[in-house]
Amino acid sequence: MQLIFEQSAPGRRALELDPLDVPAADLPPELLRSKPAALPEVSELDVVRHFTRLSRRNFGIDTHFYPLGSCTMKYNPKLADRAADHPGFTRLHPHFSTSPAYRARCQGAFEVIHATERMLAEIGGMAEASLQPIAGAHGELAGALLMAAYHRDRGNTGKDTILIPDSAHGTNPASAAIAGFKVREVPSKRDGTLNVRALTRALDDSVAGIMLTCPNTHGLFEPAVGRIACMARDRDALMYYDGANLNAIIGRCRPGDMGFDIMHFNLHKTFATPHGMGGPGSGPVGVSARLVDYLPGPRVVARDGAYDLATPPKSIGRMAAFFGNFLVAVRAYAYMRALGASGLRDISTGAVLNANYVHAKLKSAFTSAFDTPFMHECVFTATPQARKGVRALDIAKALLDRGFHAPTVYFPLTVKESLMVEPTETESRETLDAFCEAMLEIAKLADEDPDALTRAPETLPVGRLDEVRAARRLNCSF
Amino acid sequence: MVPDDLLYTEDHEWIRDDGGEYVVGITAWASEQLGELTFVELPETGMDVHQGESVGTVESVKAASDVYSPVSGHIVEVNETLEDDPGLLTKDPYGDGWLFKLDSIRVADLKKLMKPDAYERFLEEQTE
Ligand SMILES: Cc1ncc(COP(=O)(O)O)c(C=O)c1O
Repeated sequence: MQLIFEQSAPGRRALELDPLDVPAADLPPELLRSKPAALPEVSELDVVRHFTRLSRRNFGIDTHFYPLGSCTMKYNPKLADRAADHPGFTRLHPHFSTSPAYRARCQGAFEVIHATERMLAEIGGMAEASLQPIAGAHGELAGALLMAAYHRDRGNTGKDTILIPDSAHGTNPASAAIAGFKVREVPSKRDGTLNVRALTRALDDSVAGIMLTCPNTHGLFEPAVGRIACMARDRDALMYYDGANLNAIIGRCRPGDMGFDIMHFNLHKTFATPHGMGGPGSGPVGVSARLVDYLPGPRVVARDGAYDLATPPKSIGRMAAFFGNFLVAVRAYAYMRALGASGLRDISTGAVLNANYVHAKLKSAFTSAFDTPFMHECVFTATPQARKGVRALDIAKALLDRGFHAPTVYFPLTVKESLMVEPTETESRETLDAFCEAMLEIAKLADEDPDALTRAPETLPVGRLDEVRAARRLNCSF
Repeated sequence: MVPDDLLYTEDHEWIRDDGGEYVVGITAWASEQLGELTFVELPETGMDVHQGESVGTVESVKAASDVYSPVSGHIVEVNETLEDDPGLLTKDPYGDGWLFKLDSIRVADLKKLMKPDAYERFLEEQTE
């Protein structure tokens, strides 16, 4: 397929600009281009055909089942799109919020921000939340900076380390390191839960905080989480909750009640925005009462029957321009209001039920990484298949041929040849059955005809890609 | 199965006494687990490192892993050919795929490392 640049023909245009209806202003010469930008010259029809064709080759949640573990690739209702598309939001210039003369026009947007932060705080059992961070990892960074601000303010010296389990997502240690902390890794036990004895040994006075996700990335609830929170409190270490897995517990239990002081929410997983592909995300950070004064600012506050802006007294400062990715928050707001408390609770019910359904159907053919019921995702190890020459990667590619997106492979790093399946609550039993049948057929082929799998994919626009060469010879520009 | 003139860490680094200088690499088992490598990030010559300190990373399409120094010492040389040809590490992990060389090491640190038979037992536990 041709790139759009290769379709370019000199002089072809898709757009005629309207005549100028405002006074012309001269730009300073240093801002002007010396030669035209290298844009493709194509007609509107070329553009429409090109992107429609591309979209038909795409694997997306609107076309395919997408059980990518840890990513919560659930269906995001179009209702949320409609809310975010409202001209009252899309036409609102963010600079209105910075100008007292125009701030009155932002009252509706401020109300959405305020109410979304309140609802998230309630779901997380937090005192307050800030919508500023624009990704999960960015929320983690905000959290680590909040830890640093808290300890600095309390005069706690020598707290330079954050404890992180070996099963954690890579962004956890990365965020801690970017905030200036050292990272100490805590091992998991064979049963997939955290090794509490090792954590106790690692928890000395240099520990500023502990970052956990619960259920963890093995899809298992951490039974000792309450005990760990008590131990952390004794050392004045803060508990951070990575909210990537909130889909598993939403409406059932709350990180704040488990003893967490800080958490992030992935609006682009749990709350109606698609995850991944570099689109706008949102990773609001929530805090318990003792950290409210450090939150990013400025914040929307309710005052005398209207909304205004105020910066918390000991704020860590801005994490993003304006209020983060506002339209993602609008989608979350619409989603939460549409579902209500009981609808939100149904999310976790369905997510956990579906994961255990898939696990029960597949465990005779694939080896469970942990011999236990799972929460919202189940983890298998393809080591028995790998011994026959069929690795997790081959299984993933074979699924593409059968019309399913692959589950997450090779993560978490604690499980060899891991296949991490997160079906989410939005899939029907029929879809889950079809997926399981494909997996069972693949397991059979791994026994009988492994070569058929190592050749996959054979039905897609491109065959097996050379991922090693792509990574070594990175070339992202035309 | 594993070379018998090396000492090993639980993180799958090996170290060899080359007559005063010590050569460090990662084991064949570890490189096999990672799959074909895409990048190797090496420490800098002249650095003083501690036992267990992260001094570099090896990266494949599947994962990135830290490389830890098996002992405390002073880095005198790094294998720069790996930067252009990380595949060497997969092809020859105990030879041309070495990572860095140390001198002035803390000899007592060697006692904490595994002998070849102990490392083999350790691998068996890992793969069981
Ligand atoms: C467990 C876990 N933590 C953190 C993150 C980071 O979130 P984000 O991709 O929004 O930065 C992810 C992302 O997939 C995750 O799965």
